Amino acid sequence: MIFSILPDFLIEYPSQWIIPLSSWIEDATDIIIERGDLLWSLMASVLRFTLGEANAILSILPWSFMIVIFVIIGTLIGGRSLGIGTGLGLLLIAALGMWDLAMITLALVLVAAFLSIVIGIPLGILMSRYESLNQIIRPVLDLMQTLPSFVYLIPVVMIFSIGRIPALLATFIYSVPPTIRLTNLGIRQVPEDVLEAGLSLGSSRLQLLTKIQLPLALPTIMAGVNQTVMMALAMVVIASMIGAGGLGVEVLRGVGQLDVGRGFVGGICIVILAIIIDRLTQEAVTPPE
Amino acid sequence: MGESKSEPSVSVNGLVKIFGRRVKRSLKFLRDGKTKDEIQKMTGATVGVYDASFDIYPEETFIVMGLSGSGKSTLVRCVIRLIEPTAGTIILNGQDVTKMGERELMALRRKDVGMVFQHFALFPHRTVLDNVAYGLEIQGISKRERYTKAEEYLEQVGLGGWGHYRPKALSGGMQQRVGLARALIQDPAILLMDEPFSALDPLIRKDMQDELVDMQRKMRKSILFITHDLDEALRLGDRIAIMNEGQVVQIGTPKEIVTEPVNDYVAEFVQNVDRFDFLTAKDAIGPNIPLLRQDQPVADAWKAIEDSQSPYLVQTDGDNRLVGITYSHDVKAALQNGPVNLDQLPVHESEVASPNILASDLLPRMSANYQPIVLLDDSRRIVGVVDASSLVASLVDSSDED
Ligand SMILES: Nc1ncnc2c1ncn2[C@@H]1O[C@H](COP(=O)(O)OP(=O)(O)OP(=O)(O)O)[C@@H](O)[C@H]1O
Ligand SMILES: [Mg+2]
Repeated sequence: MIFSILPDFLIEYPSQWIIPLSSWIEDATDIIIERGDLLWSLMASVLRFTLGEANAILSILPWSFMIVIFVIIGTLIGGRSLGIGTGLGLLLIAALGMWDLAMITLALVLVAAFLSIVIGIPLGILMSRYESLNQIIRPVLDLMQTLPSFVYLIPVVMIFSIGRIPALLATFIYSVPPTIRLTNLGIRQVPEDVLEAGLSLGSSRLQLLTKIQLPLALPTIMAGVNQTVMMALAMVVIASMIGAGGLGVEVLRGVGQLDVGRGFVGGICIVILAIIIDRLTQEAVTPPE
Repeated sequence: MGESKSEPSVSVNGLVKIFGRRVKRSLKFLRDGKTKDEIQKMTGATVGVYDASFDIYPEETFIVMGLSGSGKSTLVRCVIRLIEPTAGTIILNGQDVTKMGERELMALRRKDVGMVFQHFALFPHRTVLDNVAYGLEIQGISKRERYTKAEEYLEQVGLGGWGHYRPKALSGGMQQRVGLARALIQDPAILLMDEPFSALDPLIRKDMQDELVDMQRKMRKSILFITHDLDEALRLGDRIAIMNEGQVVQIGTPKEIVTEPVNDYVAEFVQNVDRFDFLTAKDAIGPNIPLLRQDQPVADAWKAIEDSQSPYLVQTDGDNRLVGITYSHDVKAALQNGPVNLDQLPVHESEVASPNILASDLLPRMSANYQPIVLLDDSRRIVGVVDASSLVASLVDSSDED
């Protein structure tokens, strides 16, 4: 063998040369968890409060009342047919006996979407303004988009263990990129000469943002929000593995216990919810004309 | 207009704009006489404008013309710092724009300058009325007041009643009127126009040019007008600056630019000019037509006629005002009858015109009877006389013959 002239360490990779990355990460995580204790618990309580409120609102109201509200919202946003469609869809969920679970899922999705808007849109605005920030965040978003969704479950479980709050957080982190990305894109797409026109008339930076950039970017931003909501719904189902509760649990049990019927019913309700949310957010985007 | 009797509204001095990196080095290369292409190769930086200097006087329409990429848009944007100049000074209404902070710059843009864009650059999400009212809105002026004013300005550009439409619903020409109203509502003394009519089709463009001339007669702004259309430049401009590769190569009146181009670049620009489009009556004044006071003796008149070979002479009073035309055969006849003064001879009425109308407009009036046309200024004094041969000579470019 020609390779026999090589020293051992070039043939077999020496184990003492292996970079102990996994244990470093473990140490780092420990530190993050310990040092950040106050921060994490603060964050958890804020999230718990928001989620609790959303949950409470959605589940305190009787199902019949909820459906009426949704029909009204649907009609206002997209006309009578959307209102009726929304109502029928929700009625079907109730008829399949999944109402309470659906409301839990919906609450998680709505809170995650809310977080995405509150955090994602300002971040997108900053990225459009500061090229250096854009250079840093863009690759992170790219990376996030290539990771499988359940990867997000690992760090949150390490920090918060299991339950609704880590599920919410994982959902938020997984679903926020489109809002950031499209806010950034939407603002950058505002034509140069329109901006110049605004500046030439003497707009301040803030006036330019609120009176020209954001209104013109709005359809794009809302398309991002729509994507975020849809991704949040998908993630909530996966996050039922770490205690999100809701419709995902049904699907998970159906798969785990080979209970095809149960999994199928859960799945159908998720699809209905998805369609309703998609239609409502889409319609909200298209300008009335 | 254009005389240096008043302070310039816009004074640009040694303006340089270099895009990209290694600006300092590129600037040094430029000063060493390297060309735009050489600098692009050596440093990767693009020279937008180099060493541009010019003044625009109150009420003057100043045209900047040049081929695509010659730096016209960069130049006009530097004036209100939509693009940050690399070097040079810019004085608007006596204030140094290059030294201004953000606040001052905002104030300047709000009250001293307005800008109109090639592709209109209207705000598509706002109604026409809200587009025009924008400049007042950002100054915190109440809705009622700014809408009243916006309606007024829309009316002025001929778009009364179109306020509630979206810009998209309007034709190109109408959109640019909105752009104009939007720029005018802050009543700026200086108007910057970057190829405002280039995106319009030729007929509409002509209309808009005529309207701008009309409006300018009333508004009397200082206008910096960019174009790459020479006809437009000749029609609108009091003075024209020609740009090439970021540099201003010539500044002059339309006639100077056309008749005395400083180099081949300018010459090529103006080679196909229709002289009918810019030559005025005073450019067609004939050198050979004798002007004589009516109290001069016939003998003097005969001598002048023999010298000039002119078939007639123009009689004036003591104050250089027109009396009329006298034909040479009458002079000759009078000569044989002994010494008399010109006022004894038959006088014929003459056509008159303003010296500022287009020379080509004199043609139809001339062709009727080949009578000379006397040009009178506002106080009815004689500026000069145009006859058939001087008119034709002025309209035929002598440089075409060789
Ligand atoms: N933002 C920019 N970055 C880099 N180079 C630029 C930029 N803007 C303009 N330039 C360059 O500067 C030069 C002058 O461009 P400018 O737009 O001022 O020309 P222009 O005379 O207005 O041309 P056009 O008639 O096509 O509008 C060109 O070479 C152009 O490529
Ligand atoms: Mg241009």
